[in-house]
Amino acid sequence: MQKVGRYGEYGGQYVPETLMSAIHELEAAYEKYKNDADFKEELRRLYRDYANRPSMLYYAKRMTEDLGGAKIYLKREDLNHTGAHKINNALGQALLAQRMGKKRIIAETGAGQHGVATATVATLFGMKCEIFMGVKDMERQSLNVYRMNLLGATVHGVESGTGTLKDAINEAMRDWASNVGDTYYLIGSTMGPHPYPMMVRDFQKVIGQEIRSQLQEREGSLPDCVVACVGGGSNAMGAFYEFIPEKSVRLVGAEAAGKGVDTAFHAATMTKGTTGIFHGMKSLFLQNDEGQIAPVYSISAGLDYPGVGPEHAELHRTGRAQYVAVTDEEAVCAFEYLSKMEGIIPAIESAHAVAAAMKIAPKMRKDQIMVINLSGRGDKDVYSVAKYRGVHIDEQN
Amino acid sequence: MNRIERKFEELKAKNQKALIPFVTAGDPDFVTTEKLVLAMLQNGADLVEIGVPFSDPIAEGQVIQRASKRALDAGTTLKNIFELIKRLRRKTDEPLLLMLYINSIFRFGTERFFGLCKECGVDGVIVPDLPYEERGEIQSAADTAGVIPICMVAPTSHERIKMIAPSAKGFLYCVSSTGVTGMRSSFTTDFSRFFVEIKKYANVPCVVGFGISGPEQAKKMASYCDGVIVGSAVVNIVAEKKQDSVIPVTEFVRSLSSAVKS
Repeated sequence: MQKVGRYGEYGGQYVPETLMSAIHELEAAYEKYKNDADFKEELRRLYRDYANRPSMLYYAKRMTEDLGGAKIYLKREDLNHTGAHKINNALGQALLAQRMGKKRIIAETGAGQHGVATATVATLFGMKCEIFMGVKDMERQSLNVYRMNLLGATVHGVESGTGTLKDAINEAMRDWASNVGDTYYLIGSTMGPHPYPMMVRDFQKVIGQEIRSQLQEREGSLPDCVVACVGGGSNAMGAFYEFIPEKSVRLVGAEAAGKGVDTAFHAATMTKGTTGIFHGMKSLFLQNDEGQIAPVYSISAGLDYPGVGPEHAELHRTGRAQYVAVTDEEAVCAFEYLSKMEGIIPAIESAHAVAAAMKIAPKMRKDQIMVINLSGRGDKDVYSVAKYRGVHIDEQN
Repeated sequence: MNRIERKFEELKAKNQKALIPFVTAGDPDFVTTEKLVLAMLQNGADLVEIGVPFSDPIAEGQVIQRASKRALDAGTTLKNIFELIKRLRRKTDEPLLLMLYINSIFRFGTERFFGLCKECGVDGVIVPDLPYEERGEIQSAADTAGVIPICMVAPTSHERIKMIAPSAKGFLYCVSSTGVTGMRSSFTTDFSRFFVEIKKYANVPCVVGFGISGPEQAKKMASYCDGVIVGSAVVNIVAEKKQDSVIPVTEFVRSLSSAVKS
């Protein structure tokens, strides 16, 4: 029998003893509330009235015609409140934290979208909020740092390691171990020790559920292919989960190839990673042969992570989902393409999914349907993309 | 009998507490680490805990994080740590433990790792991110090699103590307070209650670690249990004095030893 919190061999709870009671407390609280009628109703109301759910499913006509293959729909998670899918999980966990009587919320953030979502829900629930963010990410996502401050959160710059998402998680875990009594650690992706990968997936699976019903209404069918970007993997798990039992639905995850998977500058965990145990979970990681975690790189701060959620690692192993690596250049081209083709500026993370879709869609038949999960909006990335293209934007003006 | 068990029997016979200092292997270099370990063992340390540097040590405070980074930057690998242990074993028969993160063992190959522990003379391992529930990851390989995985309990363990403590071998590592490693000026844990609970269930000596910064604290903490682990305070001297740290570390260990054993 499959052990709870395991996806094949992946998953588990590899955390210091100091955190074990807290993890079990969280597990018990989640099991208690996930089927609680009041909890579910309150979350449903917040999704609808606060987060703007259901998010729209938009038929990308010009893109479909231009690529000449599958009929392409965009799942508009970018139109959620705070501009990304991250709010789905942040609301769910904050509601849980409130039920657990926690007074202080901490979170890690890469691109800043999860930090913004967490700062938002903490304000909404009247809780103190502290966000850990790598100093390199603070620099490339300064707009989101300002947003978090505006929302009343304190942002701690993390200088250790590569100053990116991995280091922010290390520091959040250290803080959690230090303040375990009153603090709730609101992990933003389908990663970390059980129950996080399961719980985050559950709070994100609304994406796939909505895709199914919206597409049923519009097309009377299932999608043939669902494409999403994968860092830790939360928007992809959210989009995929509903369709895992539907064998006709092809699931494609796009990970960050940075400057290329054969260079030292990428974050392509599925393509290049090996099994390891880190950040509380057994999964795939980019690491050397002595288990030192590798420095990773991507233009996208949200995909710049040397691991991946354990359920994705298992979907990869079984072949149920396929994972492709998308370079910075391809992602930037897709970022520009969607802006010009559909008038939608995607997050640079989501642009990785768009880039993968642009390769796959032309090979599909015109009667087939592809859904791209547009996990976030791209306002935050305009500066970095301009910089990548050598265009100077004076942020002061 | 494992060297750890033998050592605690000797200490018990002498009615003495154990002193277990920690150093990070390869910080600043292996020649210094070797000298430090031997000097500490000759000057009052009963066992020595040798840290295997890891890129992302989530249970460590700043002092040991920085030591890890220095050691990795200097090119430290598990392979050359085993070479160090081999060299140390020609000169000492005292218990040596490795402190390392589970990924270092897993990725190296669990069987291969414990095979080398046995071959080189490692007596125990402390794996801070391997809780009781996941001990199956290393248990059988460690048992086969005769290496003791040290069990840990923390002030947040509460009900878990009665599950973890009875299974402990060698000694039980009692974490003094919540948070990460590093020197603390004071503690909020109610140690009398914490250790009363632990001693109800433990069949092995109980040793306290995390945050002990000097002789006075060490003496006080030792009064609750069977020994103390001192990490960051030693590593801090190494950080400052580098290759010249052997004499100041020796003096520090002597002062700890006389405080703990008086």
